[in-house]
Amino acid sequence: MAIKDRQLPNPGGYFGQFGGKFVPETLIPALNELEQAYAKASTDSGFQQQFQQLCREYIGRPTPLYPAQQLSAKIGGATILLKREDLAHTGAHKINNALGQGLLAKYMGKTRIIAETGAGQHGVAVATVCAMLSLDCIIYMGEEDIKRQSSNVLRIKLLGAEVRPVASGSRTLKDAITETIRDWVTNVHNTYYLLGSVVGPHPYPMIVRNFQSVIGQETKEQVMAMYHRLPDYLIACVGGGSNAIGLFHPFFNDKSVKLIGVEAAGQGLESNQHSASITAGKVGVLHGTKSHLLQDKHGQIMPTHSIAPGLDYPGVGPEHSYYADIGRATYVAVIDSQALEGFRLLCSTEGIIPALEPAHAIYYAAKLAADLPQEQLIVINLSGRGDKDLDIVAEAIGMES
Amino acid sequence: MSRIASVFRPDYKALIAYITVGYPNMRTTLEVASVLSDNGCDIIELGIPFSDPLADGVTIQKASHQALQQGVTPQACLEVAYQLRQKLATPLVFMTYYNPIFNFGVEAFCQASTAAGIDGLIVPDLPLEESAELEAITQKYNLDLVYLLAPTSTEKRVSIVANRSRGFIYLVSLTGVTGARVTLPPELEGFIKRVRQKARQPLCVGFGISTPEQARRVAKVADGVIVGSRLIQLMEEDATLSSLKAFVLSLREALG
Repeated sequence: MAIKDRQLPNPGGYFGQFGGKFVPETLIPALNELEQAYAKASTDSGFQQQFQQLCREYIGRPTPLYPAQQLSAKIGGATILLKREDLAHTGAHKINNALGQGLLAKYMGKTRIIAETGAGQHGVAVATVCAMLSLDCIIYMGEEDIKRQSSNVLRIKLLGAEVRPVASGSRTLKDAITETIRDWVTNVHNTYYLLGSVVGPHPYPMIVRNFQSVIGQETKEQVMAMYHRLPDYLIACVGGGSNAIGLFHPFFNDKSVKLIGVEAAGQGLESNQHSASITAGKVGVLHGTKSHLLQDKHGQIMPTHSIAPGLDYPGVGPEHSYYADIGRATYVAVIDSQALEGFRLLCSTEGIIPALEPAHAIYYAAKLAADLPQEQLIVINLSGRGDKDLDIVAEAIGMES
Repeated sequence: MSRIASVFRPDYKALIAYITVGYPNMRTTLEVASVLSDNGCDIIELGIPFSDPLADGVTIQKASHQALQQGVTPQACLEVAYQLRQKLATPLVFMTYYNPIFNFGVEAFCQASTAAGIDGLIVPDLPLEESAELEAITQKYNLDLVYLLAPTSTEKRVSIVANRSRGFIYLVSLTGVTGARVTLPPELEGFIKRVRQKARQPLCVGFGISTPEQARRVAKVADGVIVGSRLIQLMEEDATLSSLKAFVLSLREALG
């Protein structure tokens, strides 16, 4: 779980041609300060000890790797394993990064924390950590997301944080990030921006990846202990891509392990109502980083859609763009109704209600598994639990409570 | 000497105006630019609207959004610049975010800008770390790439910008986004003096300036003032542009 030296990004924050720090001058010194503080904390045994202790005792790590025997039997193909990030405290992988960065903010002497949230899982995780560390916390959230993830809004408020609705643009995650950056530019002296995914300017994609890499490190140890070999496939949903990179990155050099990122195809790739940045976008610059983006032919960012609010973002982490570019990972896209199918499949076979985001990965993995022999091992990152999505699902499938 | 550099002379304080192209419509943009030029503005910044303007406050956000809804594209902005260049001698600068430029093609954009009579570029989300390509290409096409410095900029960064900025240096008056402010920070003079020790370029201050009094205060230590959001507000309040004209005249008078 320790943070070790890793080759990429390069010192300029690039993964191949992707990444960088495209932000106003005002923020550059803050990014440099963050990078230095992170480097220092990475080798500070006191910091590492505290982080690892809280990972165990507060988050509940390691999370289980669960052989989904009923799901596997129903599909009748490969063996499916679930990395149970839904069992982490607050119900999603987001807490890994929120805890790491929250401790880092404290380490840097910052007193005011700001963060964006889409599905609300990152917002809940940040509010949770801020409550525990006695830090002031403000969460920016698009009005559209506030409406569709109301239970998480309530959780954030109960944890003592302020929720600031964002009414600009598409009123979703993209606009929440833009507004958080504006706050940061204004209050950079005392404020720490606790970014929730592997997006944004360097060093965020690196820091978030490293805090999330615990997912892949544990997975590797757990699969080795159970099967004495590496898995054949790792499958995770990709919005910004933090849960996926957290699972993939520790396997980067294990070339036999196939990596598959599942994007949100929304109403279909032809509909323009989707969030499949790598599958259907082109390279551009948004929120401080160069990566695949959904944009029109004039370079304006397009509105996106996904039934899963956590995937509803027009960009993607630069490291994913790099993995796609060099062919290390494959990116596919799954539409809303297929994600719902994945959601129901896991509910009915395993008694686990997944979040709609990993439901995309479940659907794709189930299709893939059907054509593979039982000896093949597929790990799905079950990045969060589905309590937050019950209203969306009930409406989508016409179920009344 | 570039058309921008020739604006600055000893004991003269430059007035630089920002407008969003296509706000509230293209016809008004052409008209406003003439009003600005005729009433004492020395440089006009033409803002190419972007969907996610992260360094802008609500006024320019709204103007950008409205311009985009009118269908304003980078190509349309180039055409407006060309039309303005036919009738105005005032230096014209494009201000936009990096993605529209990157999407257009950095070289194609610079070439087209020069052909349209544009004199320089300001790109608020392109710091020193990312600007090597654009800087080289702007030089090739005789465009001034104007860098920004902020109150948070370190001494080292001030020195690098002092070596690289062309035309002038854009000093961001405060830590924050664009938008009219009632007061400017007390540290502003110190910041300008700090940059002055390292830079030979003219120093122009923007963000927050919205009154003749503020302009006068800034001009005591800087070489020019940049006004944007307040102009957009006045365009919204008074479509005849007479309020905007009166405001520009009052700024010009305040600057001497």
